[in-house]
Amino acid sequence: MISTAPFLIFFAGALLAGVTRGLARSVLMVALPIVGAFNLYAMGEGVHLQLPILDYELTIVRADRLSMLFGYLFHLAAFLGIIFSLHLKDTLQHVSGLIYAGSALGAVFAGDLITLFVFWELMAVSSVFLILARGTERSYGASMRYLLVQVLSGVILLSGVLVHAYQSGGIAFNAIGLNGLAGWLIFLAFGIKCCFPFLHNWLTDAYPEATPTGTVFLSAFTTKVAVYALARGYAGTELLVYIGATMAMFPIFFAVIENDLRRVLAYSLINQVGFMVCGIGIGTALAVNGAIAHAFNDVVFKGLLFMTMGAVLMRTGKINGSELGGLYKSMPFTAGFCIVGAASISAFPLFSGFVSKSMVMVAALEEGHPLVWLALLFASAGVFHHAGIKIPFFAFFSHDSGIRVKEAPRNMLIAMGLAAAICIFNGSYPWALYSMLPYPVDYAPYTWAHILTQCQLLFFSALAFCWLKLTGLYPPELSGINIDAEWSYRKALPAIARWIVSVGGAIRLNALTRMQRRLERFLGQIYRHHGPEGTLARTWPTGSMAFWTTLLLCAYLLVYFF
Amino acid sequence: MAEKGKPHIFDDRRNVKRAIYALYVACGLSLIADFFTHRHVDHPWEALWGFYCLYGFVACVILVLVAKEMRKVLMRGEDYYDD
Repeated sequence: MISTAPFLIFFAGALLAGVTRGLARSVLMVALPIVGAFNLYAMGEGVHLQLPILDYELTIVRADRLSMLFGYLFHLAAFLGIIFSLHLKDTLQHVSGLIYAGSALGAVFAGDLITLFVFWELMAVSSVFLILARGTERSYGASMRYLLVQVLSGVILLSGVLVHAYQSGGIAFNAIGLNGLAGWLIFLAFGIKCCFPFLHNWLTDAYPEATPTGTVFLSAFTTKVAVYALARGYAGTELLVYIGATMAMFPIFFAVIENDLRRVLAYSLINQVGFMVCGIGIGTALAVNGAIAHAFNDVVFKGLLFMTMGAVLMRTGKINGSELGGLYKSMPFTAGFCIVGAASISAFPLFSGFVSKSMVMVAALEEGHPLVWLALLFASAGVFHHAGIKIPFFAFFSHDSGIRVKEAPRNMLIAMGLAAAICIFNGSYPWALYSMLPYPVDYAPYTWAHILTQCQLLFFSALAFCWLKLTGLYPPELSGINIDAEWSYRKALPAIARWIVSVGGAIRLNALTRMQRRLERFLGQIYRHHGPEGTLARTWPTGSMAFWTTLLLCAYLLVYFF
Repeated sequence: MAEKGKPHIFDDRRNVKRAIYALYVACGLSLIADFFTHRHVDHPWEALWGFYCLYGFVACVILVLVAKEMRKVLMRGEDYYDD
């Protein structure tokens, strides 16, 4: 069957979307991921497109089980995102969204590190428009910081790749491992996109500032490409177990006190990626399968949650928990879909998180990481608390804010409905997903013990919320922001720069005055000796001149005689 | 209520109460079920009776109380970065 590189279809689609309008563009955009998925099916596994450049052979398209799964996943994510954004008339957002999705596809099918780098940077450049399109001053600042961090990640990747190619002579993208400078540089580049602790802030800074539809796209691709890259390059790297556990833990504290509900979701996105990173670090078949399956589920349920909050933002113009509430009355369907997404991310039985998150946790115990397991269990309870309860509760229930709006547009409802259906399907019938995973799956999610323990964990977490809320211990939603690692480059660094400028200025002034004083002294001396009153500027009588000449000649005569 | 004539489910406080009672019942049932279940465990902690119940409750309480304290250190005005 005829097939082509998956990213080409999206790039061609972006070109066509740029020149079409209205219904034609809608039809084109909806058809695009469907055509793409068929193309993927026709393409099959194997190396498909190679391009010799200078001394190297670039493998533009290499498909195996791992990249195929992400390929299908990204087509699905693009499909849902496109339907969700059909009501827009904004050409810029449509085109950049398609290029972004295409670049993500290019990255997961890249067979060598140079091709990976090219798509890595293309993703950064194309996605920034989804933030810029919001058109606020704040989104402009956030988008520039986002671009800076993303491009930096690309530059570090490229330097790592160059060192790697120099040392090993190859550019093929396979297992890399933390050996030497190249391994660490590439690891760091992946880590930035993957939101490792302290490198994570670009996400919580930029995603909540993007357009309601843009965030849905953003949440699906960038971090998942990084997860894919880590799974291919660093599976079984023990450091990732601890990085992943930290990522699963720390964002939930921020999520509990965050007021912007899309920022809450951004924190919970890092928390979910933490589970995946942890699974990749454990590196057994079960753990990697779990990580990849969870990536699949996360794209759908996190996308769904961002869709519901995007719909709320679009309809009400507000997204802060302190200003919302009671929206279930006017947006009942959106509320219902939000609850499905919340149940999925919280891993309720029959919802998608249930069948994938536990794979990583069981693997952590099997491989002798009981403390990591406890951390992940804490994170599981925590994610239910902030994403499962907090998001739907403060947006749709809580106290009635009095806001009455129309239900979300039909295209949004369809996208949310499809995503919700996939969440329930994957949760109730996980074997379709399991059959696509890189390794054969020998894991049964629906044991009585698993169902019971998960229910216990969730019910008692809900009980804790109830108790804290009823006793008034629960912190109220307050307007305001919470400082995070971004404080270092948004406050500390500029302050240091200002300090250097001011101190440097003082030092410069000091040095200048001293130099001026020295110069003045020097000029004074010259003046003293050569000035009108100076010894050397005096007019001497001829007699004294003749005297000094005679004296010198006598001295010369004396020296000559002796 | 701003709207007339159309009462919503949680406008009636009794329904809120019912939802909370349903949660109590679910918690109680799941805890009781632990008596009758022999769970396969991968770690001895898991085998403790009611381990998941206790852990879930305590974890969430700690989470919220710690986060509340974090607010004192981390919280700033909306325009903190805007100057």
